[in-house]
Amino acid sequence: MRVGFFVTCLVDLFRPTVGFAAIKLLEDAGCVIDVPEGQTCCGQPAYNSGDREDARALALRVMDLFAHHDAVVVPSGSCAGMIRHHYPSLFEDDPNLAGRARRLADKTYELTQFLADVLKIDHLAASLPTVAAYHDSCSSLREMKVREQPRKLLSQVKGLTVKDLAQPEECCGFGGTFCVKYPDISEKMVDAKVADIEATGAEMVLAGDMGCLLNIAGRLKRQGKEIEVRHVAEVLAGMTGDAPGIGEKDD
Amino acid sequence: MQPDCHSFESASRTALADDSLQDSLAKVKAGFRINRLKAIDKLPEFEDLRDAGRDLKNHTLKNLDFYLEVFEDKVTAQGGHVHWCRDAEEARRTVLEICRKADARTVTKGKSMIAEEIALNDYLESHGVEPVETDLGEYIIQLRRDPPSHIIAPALHLNRGHFAKAFRKKHEGYPADRMLDEPRQLLDEARDVLRGHFVAADVGITGANMLVAETGSSIIVTNEGNGDLTQTLPRVHIVLASIEKVVPTLEDAATVMRLLARSATGQEFSAYTTVSTGPRRPEDLDGPEEFHVVLLDNGRSAMLGGEFQDMLRCIRCAACINHCPIYGAVGGHAYGWVYSGPMGSVLTPALVGLEEARHLPNASTLCGRCEAVCPMRIPLPKMLRHWREREFERHLTPGRVRAGLKLWAFLAKRPALYRLANGLGARLLAKLSRGTGRLPRLPLAGGWTKARDLPAPQGRSFQSQWAERKRR
Repeated sequence: MRVGFFVTCLVDLFRPTVGFAAIKLLEDAGCVIDVPEGQTCCGQPAYNSGDREDARALALRVMDLFAHHDAVVVPSGSCAGMIRHHYPSLFEDDPNLAGRARRLADKTYELTQFLADVLKIDHLAASLPTVAAYHDSCSSLREMKVREQPRKLLSQVKGLTVKDLAQPEECCGFGGTFCVKYPDISEKMVDAKVADIEATGAEMVLAGDMGCLLNIAGRLKRQGKEIEVRHVAEVLAGMTGDAPGIGEKDD
Repeated sequence: MQPDCHSFESASRTALADDSLQDSLAKVKAGFRINRLKAIDKLPEFEDLRDAGRDLKNHTLKNLDFYLEVFEDKVTAQGGHVHWCRDAEEARRTVLEICRKADARTVTKGKSMIAEEIALNDYLESHGVEPVETDLGEYIIQLRRDPPSHIIAPALHLNRGHFAKAFRKKHEGYPADRMLDEPRQLLDEARDVLRGHFVAADVGITGANMLVAETGSSIIVTNEGNGDLTQTLPRVHIVLASIEKVVPTLEDAATVMRLLARSATGQEFSAYTTVSTGPRRPEDLDGPEEFHVVLLDNGRSAMLGGEFQDMLRCIRCAACINHCPIYGAVGGHAYGWVYSGPMGSVLTPALVGLEEARHLPNASTLCGRCEAVCPMRIPLPKMLRHWREREFERHLTPGRVRAGLKLWAFLAKRPALYRLANGLGARLLAKLSRGTGRLPRLPLAGGWTKARDLPAPQGRSFQSQWAERKRR
């Protein structure tokens, strides 16, 4: 299967390890990976800020770049949700473009969703003897309906215990530009999330979205807390040794 | 009340620093959510009911003129009156005229968000009519002259101590050293005071959870029974309702009611459901001599046929508010007007203007929980985004935000330049972090670094590393 990999702007800039981990998982499962050159951003910041024109321009670029792949995989529920649910509505006034948007939407998957539901991976080589809490991002959970997939995959990692949060449906307070526009409210929300994570007794927190991860790691590190923060792909690919946790110093 | 939504930022900071408010919010939020879940778990057809609710409201809104006229004909045929009011001013004046004709000095009121929307109490008072709220929560906030902070729990921001203090200050003729520590003691005293008002009132004003076209009835649900006394004891009953409250049949009303209490308080049904159909008939034992329905538009008909029409399906259950992390953090007063949470953030800009209320649709992470719990399946996040689009089009977005967004979009549309900027940014930030993995401060990123470190990029962008790997 020829898989187009949409790396997302946050992984591209902040944490390339996530991209390589995702590609390793896909290649190990026999996928042929293509990372189209010229990819930038899915356009969600413009879309959620009311700038429909720029959102459409960026969506058109993505639609062009990924027109010929069998599937498109994204290591983020948020960007995958943008492509899968919002691209079609961006072009609903243009039947031709709407059709193209719909075709792309139908073959676009969040990473763990693709690994678990399409590739049906039931055996992973990774091992990590630790206790990790899993944070569901809002877009993974509610837009992409991804809940069981990462848990199913993590259960295959030897030695790993996964804890659920007491309030798994609660937003962490990132919300794209929200966290810088309303920093005080965002702080209150991320504090609640951090408290929930700590209450599980976990040593590590995992999620499938860099936005949430940067937010949660940023707050944990500001408070000097030891809990390690990682993208779920790093654990599944057995690549936690390749880089320190998010916001941590090199050893 | 006068809208003060433009102060959202400062009001939310005040709310975040208010420990007593934070206490109340945490308690109430947990209660509402757990109870709703329990009620829904017991009703396997809840999801089907949501579809039915959405469909019946959509059908009604498509034929709103028809059903409103059927409703009016039925009310008139039963000896009641329907008053069509374009805006708040017309509605206030209509209510006052009815009160004056009835020679009313005191009016009792059941809980009505429309009365709050048109600021009825202040208006009546300034024209010599004394309004008395009879819902306990509304009564307390009236004593304190607070605006409501939640559409179904108006005094959510207050605790028992606030209640006792307000009673001691305002209730005359009670021993100063009386005990007011227990809910029972507070209830007994409120009941004692309100009984007098119920009997003395010349006019009773209630809201309406629904208007039924088929029968010309209005329906209210309460948990205190105050609505019944408000509308049956006085000589005149005025129903205040906005136009989208109408449903075609009693059967439809039952569908909405099955969704309403479960979504709101987690009850299967509210304790009291009261159906009023016209004034007292000769064979009736009680009831008002006059029955008036004040039908308010106030900007709603302009929402019909547009991208905000779906909002008119709202049945005011507050499920979206109870599950909203923003409301949960700052409470209702920060929103600056009578409606709060996601439903308020969509409705308020439509009713008071986007210039006044532009913060509200922005103060959301679009987390989608509101839509997930809405019994009427209202696409709230989508409509919040539509308001942001109107804001952007009309250049109401702050200049700095707009410029930043435009610069980012300029780059994102030019991959070569974007890759260059991204590569440079990644290296620069990594360097600035000096191997610590994080940045505690960063120019122009104060919003982020106020409470958080910025995790530093690893050093080289993914795309440049990938290109290198492919060359090898």
